[in-house]
Amino acid sequence: MAFDLDLALAAPYDPASASGYREHPERMGFFTDTSVCIGCKACEVACKEWNAIPDHPLGFTGMSYDNTGGLGASTWRHVAFIEQPGRTAGADGAEFRWLMASDVCKHCTHAACLDVCPTGSLFRTEFGTVVVQEDICNGCGYCVPACPYGVIARREEDGRVWKCTMCYDRLGVGQEPACAKSCPTDSIQFGELTELRTRAERRLEQLHEAGVGSAQLYGHDPGDGVGGTGAFFLLLDEPEVYGLPPDPVVTTRDLPAMWRQVALAATALLAAVAVTALGARS
Amino acid sequence: MSRTSQTDVRLDGTRDLRPDREAITRPGGPRARGERLMVPKADFRSYYGRPVLQPTPWSDHDIAGYLFLGGLAGASSTLAAAADLMGRPHLARAAKAGAACALGGSLYCLIHDLGRPARFLNMLRVFKVTSPMSMGTWILSAYGPPAGLAALTAVTCRFPRAGRAATVTAGLIGPAVATYTAALISDTAVPVWHDAYREMPFVFAGSAAASAGGLGILAAPVTEAGPARSLALIGALTEYTAVRRMERRLGMVARPLKKGRGGVLMRLGKALTLTGAVAAQTVARRDRTAAVAAGAALLAGALCTRFGIFHAGLQSSRDPRYTVQPQRARLEKAEGEGSRS
Repeated sequence: MAFDLDLALAAPYDPASASGYREHPERMGFFTDTSVCIGCKACEVACKEWNAIPDHPLGFTGMSYDNTGGLGASTWRHVAFIEQPGRTAGADGAEFRWLMASDVCKHCTHAACLDVCPTGSLFRTEFGTVVVQEDICNGCGYCVPACPYGVIARREEDGRVWKCTMCYDRLGVGQEPACAKSCPTDSIQFGELTELRTRAERRLEQLHEAGVGSAQLYGHDPGDGVGGTGAFFLLLDEPEVYGLPPDPVVTTRDLPAMWRQVALAATALLAAVAVTALGARS
Repeated sequence: MSRTSQTDVRLDGTRDLRPDREAITRPGGPRARGERLMVPKADFRSYYGRPVLQPTPWSDHDIAGYLFLGGLAGASSTLAAAADLMGRPHLARAAKAGAACALGGSLYCLIHDLGRPARFLNMLRVFKVTSPMSMGTWILSAYGPPAGLAALTAVTCRFPRAGRAATVTAGLIGPAVATYTAALISDTAVPVWHDAYREMPFVFAGSAAASAGGLGILAAPVTEAGPARSLALIGALTEYTAVRRMERRLGMVARPLKKGRGGVLMRLGKALTLTGAVAAQTVARRDRTAAVAAGAALLAGALCTRFGIFHAGLQSSRDPRYTVQPQRARLEKAEGEGSRS
């Protein structure tokens, strides 16, 4: 699986099949429709409870109702709150708009964290998701700067990296992930990715017809820099407003070019030493 | 319907009245001089100015230190092999011993930086070309034994033929050890490290050559250190040129390489490396004391450059500007091209 880089970068493609699963279920994903998120944080709580994630010191951030801050080793769902005065949300003429969005690991089609993991601790599941095997991870931390979304992180008191598993244990027995289960408005929808994508297109059309011109899908396109994400979003403003990168690219896309440059530089170094040696002899 | 606040729920017919106290929701009001902006100025948008990327969990002592030591070890082994084949035993022995010590330091740094050091052998579970760290593990596994054997046979003066074979093997793998680390840091989403992937291997090769030359100049007698002096000069010039090209091509992303902690370290590294290289070509040709000083300057210069690049990378991932602005520009460019065609 490590050698089919070119094949792997050809979209569209099925990550589970490419990872060697002959028979596997449909690729599962999240569609987070932020237009109906009410900021209740039930997803954050349900995730913590189900996955037995340790708490982290509570503080006051001054960032609207968001005192969680962002995704991290001990935060696998994070609800963002954005206050926008002087912006109209729709045709109702409101002067103030409150954006809320529940962020999560994107479970990328081309996942940089998975590509760079040197131990094989990170792996692709039969559902097409990306999961860390905690008994393998040696805490090298390479996946952390590799992730273009800033999702995966190292838990310092533990030494290993942690992130959303899309509740791999629940999926295995036909249950939906804890966050989706607990979402009271169905802002977080879980299901087969192809079906979710169709549903999202329909919802986007509906919003555009209703006059919400700023509505846009994020991560739904298999032609984007990460091959589309397993967890994608409907946003009401530009991605960076929610703390998401506007055009993320899987870093390993450039790895063949990097290795070529390394080979050139290594050859040049060898040649430089040879030249100095020959120069000194004459 | 009149324009009223969506949060206004009064039913007594005073809908058009504004509340007495309104929350200040964005900056721009009167500020005291020198007061820090809680949210950066809006030449780009972000979520409360928070970074998009996670902070890289590597310590500078371990990982920037390893970038330096790995470069020193790899290039020293190649220099040692050349010196061995040319019959310069003192230079060869110094370079072999230096390479072995730097290799030992590298392994310590790499294991020490792990979150779970006891599991370092898990690195050998897989062989993945998509992971420069995995490839680096295998490169080091191939390089370590011959480099160690070369040093051991040189210091003890025993088993010369095995020593020769080990020296040549380590010398051939050395350049890979010295340069793969460029792919290691470039294969991340850290703006400065990733965007510089074209030049980074040459910066690292140059820096490694300069430091190995410096070690040779420092440790070998002046009569034998000729190749080390030349290598230091070539390395210093390569590094200087590659850094310049890198900074020019990166545009606004190069700012952390020029400003702040990274900028100071980069400038210090450049000054020390160039001074050391020039001194090596002039005063250090005759005078042993000057040679020691020149060699030390070259080593310190390479160390500063590696720490500079490391810290510039961290700075670029802490500030969302370096993630958002280039991506936004890329999108706008693509849209512009799309609408024209």
